[in-house]
Amino acid sequence: MANQPAQILDEQAKADLEEIEIRLLTEGIFRHYGFDFRDYSLPSLRRRVWKRVYAEGLSTIAGLIEKVLHDPQSMERLLLDLSINTTAMFRDPTFYLAFREKVVPLLRTYPFVRMWHAGCSTGEEVYSMAILLQEEGLYDRCRIYATDINEAVLQKAKSGIFPLSTMQENTSNYITAGGSGTFSDYYTARYDYAIFRPSLRENVVFAQHNLVTDASFNHFNVIFCRNVLIYFNNALQDRVQQLFLQSMEMFGILGLGKKESIKYTKVVDHYEDVDPEEKLYRRIR
Amino acid sequence: MSAPQQKLPPGIRAWTDGRVEAAALRAYELVVIGCSMGGMKALMTIFEVLPKDFPLPIVVAQHRYKTSNEALPAYFRRHTALDVVDALDKQWVQPGTVYLAPADYHLLVDRDGEHGELSLSVDAAVAYSRPSIDVMFESAADAYGQGVIGIVLTGANADGARGAKRIKQRGGFVIVQDPQSAESPSMPEAAIAAARVDRILPLERIGPFLIELCRSTSP
Ligand SMILES: C[S@@+](CC[C@H](N)C(=O)[O-])C[C@H]1O[C@@H](n2cnc3c(N)ncnc32)[C@H](O)[C@@H]1O
Repeated sequence: MANQPAQILDEQAKADLEEIEIRLLTEGIFRHYGFDFRDYSLPSLRRRVWKRVYAEGLSTIAGLIEKVLHDPQSMERLLLDLSINTTAMFRDPTFYLAFREKVVPLLRTYPFVRMWHAGCSTGEEVYSMAILLQEEGLYDRCRIYATDINEAVLQKAKSGIFPLSTMQENTSNYITAGGSGTFSDYYTARYDYAIFRPSLRENVVFAQHNLVTDASFNHFNVIFCRNVLIYFNNALQDRVQQLFLQSMEMFGILGLGKKESIKYTKVVDHYEDVDPEEKLYRRIR
Repeated sequence: MSAPQQKLPPGIRAWTDGRVEAAALRAYELVVIGCSMGGMKALMTIFEVLPKDFPLPIVVAQHRYKTSNEALPAYFRRHTALDVVDALDKQWVQPGTVYLAPADYHLLVDRDGEHGELSLSVDAAVAYSRPSIDVMFESAADAYGQGVIGIVLTGANADGARGAKRIKQRGGFVIVQDPQSAESPSMPEAAIAAARVDRILPLERIGPFLIELCRSTSP
């Protein structure tokens, strides 16, 4: 089968044009609405943008530019596409196990602990950590900030209500994560939902915060930012890591997603490994 | 190899042998492989014959359990001269190294100037799969165009078919495991039905063919 160079060149031209359209879209959104997706990682961005193009009944990204700039509701929908992701309670149970074994002993020596969940999504991670902290008897001395760019997911996070259908997996994750109680004690089942104990969010402040455009707002002993940086390109990861550094107390703990590493960012020299496998680091300079 | 003309599986236009035509010899930049059920053995068969100095990076999307961990790359490492690792976000790819899509993430391929770069996502599963082979293949086609060699191996679903089609659209080269040599033929069959693939080869021929195809590529 011979290649058809003309057709292939045509496809290349289309791909180049697509990239131009994506740049125009993110530039337009930034200038008009202030949300800055310009340095989001291109391959994921491309998929999400196309998903919205089709969902709006359009056929080109240029069409989507026109639509979102003139119709704020369509912008809302795109914003959801660009920010809603899947999450789970005790996602990567071994991360929580390592936190229990290697970080909790450090935190015990502190009279007061400030924590930040950056990019907390619908809050599963926050409730998981709250459970862990209660079991370790540390919760009462913790002040927890949970932020996300997306107001809609924060509303869900505040409610502490999650689908009952996920509880089986959550329970098994909880056990693997070293849970010392009975998982079902933390929620009440009602219809198809699990309503988590309000005491778990007593010390939690949920707030909108954009890691790309908003400034540092406090100093923390622990910062979690899991599975958020994967959506950013290298340059933006570096910038956000600077923001974390500014917001991190000396000897503070940074917890990233299972497959994220500070190895490829410029702040690498500021941290030492606590558990490199689980991506737990400690600020040392 | 004798081409078994009898009983062509649905969607298969023709059997081809493993000769490399001059036109297909060009500077490839990346190999992407997709597999599902039966994939372990199939991957091993290919990896076993590839030399340590194989000139291209190899990126693999294999359907695996959510709880699957570093034991998988470690297992592969024991059986091949290539280095095998679970991919990390924003990692640059190197020749002679196999990057596996980590459990419960999509793996996408991008370019950062000169370098091929890996990117992860936890967007929803595609056709019940995360990692999705289509997601990985499509991103590779977008980033590398004609530089991609895509390989679809055994699997009990249709993942990889759309991706193979995109690789062909962008001028890449697609090899599909002969469905008759596949533990699970649906995935190869779906790819063959969806795209004008370049080669349909029995499993044992894929590794040697790959070496031949990449002869003109120096690392
Ligand atoms: C995959 S979720 C991570 C949830 C949780 N941390 C976990 O690991 O399961 C990614 C979250 O990052 C948020 N996000 C994306 N861009 C952001 C930004 N610029 N600032 C703050 N949050 C952002 C999204 O809204 C989404 O809720």
